[in-house]
Amino acid sequence: MPEIKSLIQEYAVLHGTARNNLLPLLQEIVRQENYLSEDSLLEVAKTLNLSPADVYGTASFYNYLETVPRGKYVIRLCRNISCMMQSQAEILSTVSSLLKIKVGETTSDKNFTLLQVNCLGWCYKAPAMMINNEVFTELTPQKVIQIIKEYKEK
Amino acid sequence: MESPNQKRIDLIFSNYTSSKYKVLERTLQRPPDELISELMDSGLKGRGNVGFPTGMKWKFARREDAGTKYVICNANESETGTFKDREILELVPRKVLSGMAICGYCIGSKKGIIYLRHEYSYLKEHLQNEISIFQEFVKQFNHDFTIEIFSGSGSYVSGEESSLIESIEGFRAEPRNKPPFPVIKGLYGCPTVVNNVETFATAQVIFRIGAEEFLKLGTSYSSGSKLFSISGDTKNPGIHELELGTTIEDVVKEFGDKNIKSVQVGGASGYCIPQKLFAETVIGYEGLTTGGSMIFFNNSRSMYKVLHEYLRFFAEESCGLCTPCRVGTQQLLLGIEAVKRGEMPVGYIDVLKKLALSMKISSKCGLGQSVANPFISILDNFKEEILY
Amino acid sequence: MEKSQISLTINDIPVTVEEGSTILDAAHKINLHIPTLCYHPDLKVAGNCRVCVVELKGNKELVTACSTAVTEGMVIFTNSSKVRTARKTIVELLLSEHNADCTKCYRNGNCELQWLASEYRIGDHVYHDLVRAEDRLADSSSFSIIKDDSRCVRCQRCVRTCSDLQDVGTFAVVKKGKKQKVSTFFGKPIKDVFCIDCGQCTSRCPTAALIEKPLFEDVWDAISEPEKHVVISTTPSVRVAIGEELGFEYNKHSDSKIIAALKLLGFDAVVDSGFFADIYIVELCTEFMLKMKQANEDAGNKVLPFVTSCSPAWKKFVKTKLPQVGRLLSSSKSSRQIFGTLIKTYYADQNALDPKDIITVTVTPCTAAKIETTNSRPPEGLTDVDFSITTRELARMIRQSGIDIERLEPADYEPLMSTHSGASVLTEASGGTTEAVIRTLTELVTGNELNPDMLKNMALRGENGIKETVIKFSEVKYGWEFLKDKEIRFAVINGSGHAAEFFNRFSDGENPYHFVEVMVCHGGCIGGGGQPIPVSFELIKARASILYSLDELSMVKKAHENDYLNRIYREFLSKEENKEALRMP
Repeated sequence: MPEIKSLIQEYAVLHGTARNNLLPLLQEIVRQENYLSEDSLLEVAKTLNLSPADVYGTASFYNYLETVPRGKYVIRLCRNISCMMQSQAEILSTVSSLLKIKVGETTSDKNFTLLQVNCLGWCYKAPAMMINNEVFTELTPQKVIQIIKEYKEK
Repeated sequence: MESPNQKRIDLIFSNYTSSKYKVLERTLQRPPDELISELMDSGLKGRGNVGFPTGMKWKFARREDAGTKYVICNANESETGTFKDREILELVPRKVLSGMAICGYCIGSKKGIIYLRHEYSYLKEHLQNEISIFQEFVKQFNHDFTIEIFSGSGSYVSGEESSLIESIEGFRAEPRNKPPFPVIKGLYGCPTVVNNVETFATAQVIFRIGAEEFLKLGTSYSSGSKLFSISGDTKNPGIHELELGTTIEDVVKEFGDKNIKSVQVGGASGYCIPQKLFAETVIGYEGLTTGGSMIFFNNSRSMYKVLHEYLRFFAEESCGLCTPCRVGTQQLLLGIEAVKRGEMPVGYIDVLKKLALSMKISSKCGLGQSVANPFISILDNFKEEILY
Repeated sequence: MEKSQISLTINDIPVTVEEGSTILDAAHKINLHIPTLCYHPDLKVAGNCRVCVVELKGNKELVTACSTAVTEGMVIFTNSSKVRTARKTIVELLLSEHNADCTKCYRNGNCELQWLASEYRIGDHVYHDLVRAEDRLADSSSFSIIKDDSRCVRCQRCVRTCSDLQDVGTFAVVKKGKKQKVSTFFGKPIKDVFCIDCGQCTSRCPTAALIEKPLFEDVWDAISEPEKHVVISTTPSVRVAIGEELGFEYNKHSDSKIIAALKLLGFDAVVDSGFFADIYIVELCTEFMLKMKQANEDAGNKVLPFVTSCSPAWKKFVKTKLPQVGRLLSSSKSSRQIFGTLIKTYYADQNALDPKDIITVTVTPCTAAKIETTNSRPPEGLTDVDFSITTRELARMIRQSGIDIERLEPADYEPLMSTHSGASVLTEASGGTTEAVIRTLTELVTGNELNPDMLKNMALRGENGIKETVIKFSEVKYGWEFLKDKEIRFAVINGSGHAAEFFNRFSDGENPYHFVEVMVCHGGCIGGGGQPIPVSFELIKARASILYSLDELSMVKKAHENDYLNRIYREFLSKEENKEALRMP
């Protein structure tokens, strides 16, 4: 928490405390901690002179500003129509049984979270997924097992 | 008119732009009113999902008497099945940056922002580099225009121009009351032009080849060519530039697998064209939404599953602000599920249809207004699949 | 710059309005009613609910009347079949995400959604029930309000009220799509987040999503206990406004008829709150005078400005948002607490009652008063005020008992403490406490009779968020020479939304004002969160004007000239511990 507190203070000193700094600041915190904790949002509220409810309300609107704890690597499988048509369901069940978690859950070692998201913009190379900011396309069960294995070794 | 098989159109991705921003350089020598005139003559319409005449938008912003104005590139591409903007930014970003700079020059803006969706974060570094190079050239041309990237945080509705502006200002991406429109009162209350990535790139192309050349393609209502993100049951998925005015039939012939029974044009908020209407439907602004996504469905696909998936998407991505959309999307989804399961009588579908039409005229923004498009087009043409 | 006039037609009726007006304004001008829900005259326009959609010729979509500005030649239809269909659909959709069990609802009979459903003849529910199971459990963690998400229509009036008007920000819209709702920080119960209990949200909520915490059943219980002696006090704001709930207009007989009604309800004693307000004014004034003396004697000790704190909501606000103001707050108990204290001591004494058998009830225009009842340190460990109920709750009790107020014979207050000054009535309006204090201050400092010109300080009346006035004394009594010809500056904060703006103007110790009155609710107590619904700034202004006329009609204008008050100071409050009891612990 003290690191996030100083991160927030430093950000405010560099960029100011106007409202338009809110989303970039929240993104920065998510980059550091994988999610937005109550403490971090209270600190943001204090620093930008906004009500905590307002900050939480804004953060909770956006799909990638997580307000529940997430793992170090967040696996986001696209669930939209083109990926569905290319056997996304199979990829989902592969990942789910490999990591032994359901959608929305995090592994007990806190390394992986499994989520389903809306169109990632790789429909012609479906099925697609993101792990944090990295994109993986044309997935097959074997490919995805290999990718996750590589992440585990990191 | 030649069929697309024979004419290879490659205006967007061809690398006519020299690495020295020559088009931008010479365009900045011309008077802004002349440029806007040419843009209007070209008939260019927005390449996002709305299709508003671009020249007219720039004209409105130019007219406003204000010290500060903004140019925003809408790179929030989140419509299902659309991926063309990503490729443009990856392969020919200079056309986009040029387009933005020309727009800024025309309307009197010194500040450009690229609203880059979170899912395209991997492009950020690449774009930053391109912007640095761009700034060098712009300095050489003695023109004042800076561009910065604003990262989205994940929301479909941020693609709506006033919601996008709200997002940059640090709020929930909820649409504003309109009028006033962003060209009058946009970012921080200043006149703002929000245009799609492809729109800026196409504008640059028009200033390179001239409006007359551009008008040789397309129809009188839909001039030029456009990128289409093609996926689904297709032997050739990818981004293809097609002449506007081409019939769906021709597109299916060239790109579809066997037995294509329907094509969804314009993503989840677009229309579903059944096979029987392929020949008489043209791609363009004459009634179809224009994001440029085309998903092909063959006979094995369940249109119920398709509709269900679209409604689920809307129920989740609706900003929730206005009643018709927030509640209506949920009711449509639960409604078709209930009819399918036999919990509601078949006649309930008519109630849902009326609901979709009410949403079309009473929702606050394009999201709620568009739900009726896939709902009614799929329902009308594939009733059996939806009901039973 | 003069605004131009715009001409348009609504339902083929021509109407001309000022540029910048909305379609709703234009309709209002021709007495045409367009139903609304998220719109509220005191708040910024939202345009969310879409209930007010109308047809605009030339537009394929309907437009919202509340947010669309008029343009020359506009042709509007408010009742076409397109509009009626859309409106009915919207109401049906709202009902599908609403706990529509009206028979069990607190706002049954005074609910805007219920009215819409009835006007548009909503029959059997067309759509699926979207009320979530977890939303059916109301949040009753707060002492002053209850939040019931199953009754929320997402109009966001509470969000706008709490953030924009009150500058508190308890509520926000969270998440989106089907998960969207009006909630608090991380959805925590209200007692765990910053809320000042002012209840302004409850008086603007169109449904029962936010209501005051009703305590009137406890009051009924107390009344029906034969051994308990239940004493009630109502403030002028309550009496002036309660007619809005009971269907009568306040007139010169209303006060005494309300007393009669209260006696019929079964209260053992009905006392005049004005008496205690006078004590409060005197206490406040003397505390202020002492502070001024202190400031004069020790320039380094920045004890000024002296800031009023009769509202528990204001105290909460200060604690979280303006902690630097905490040390400047008055330590006097509010007039309600003074009532409670004196009833359980002086009154008990005079009537040979055991204080343990006394139940004190205050009726206030306020919801924050409910939280005062849980804090205390009065003699013998009794709470000052046992129950605090709102104007709305009292109206309900009167309705339940079938009393027709207009038909009652007038009755009188308890004789022991039944006098009040015009100043005491003024305290219920923003700026009134300051005017009341100035009246007493002038006579105490100068030793002269108050100049009648000083009875009406227009600078302190009115709608502005921050009001001020300056007083100068050319003649002063012995011991107050330091005030001679000195500018004494008074500021009035009209609504907590303006408090931070005012206090943050000055760094600590540099505030040039001597006395600052803060009212959390716009208009003062008369605009409190417990007053009859509907509410608007205009309505509050009209209610306040009645208070001003009551002051004008009163015989005694100054708090310290209250006869019974002087007696109590001589007899009872001369004892140190009794006087101490009038200070906050």
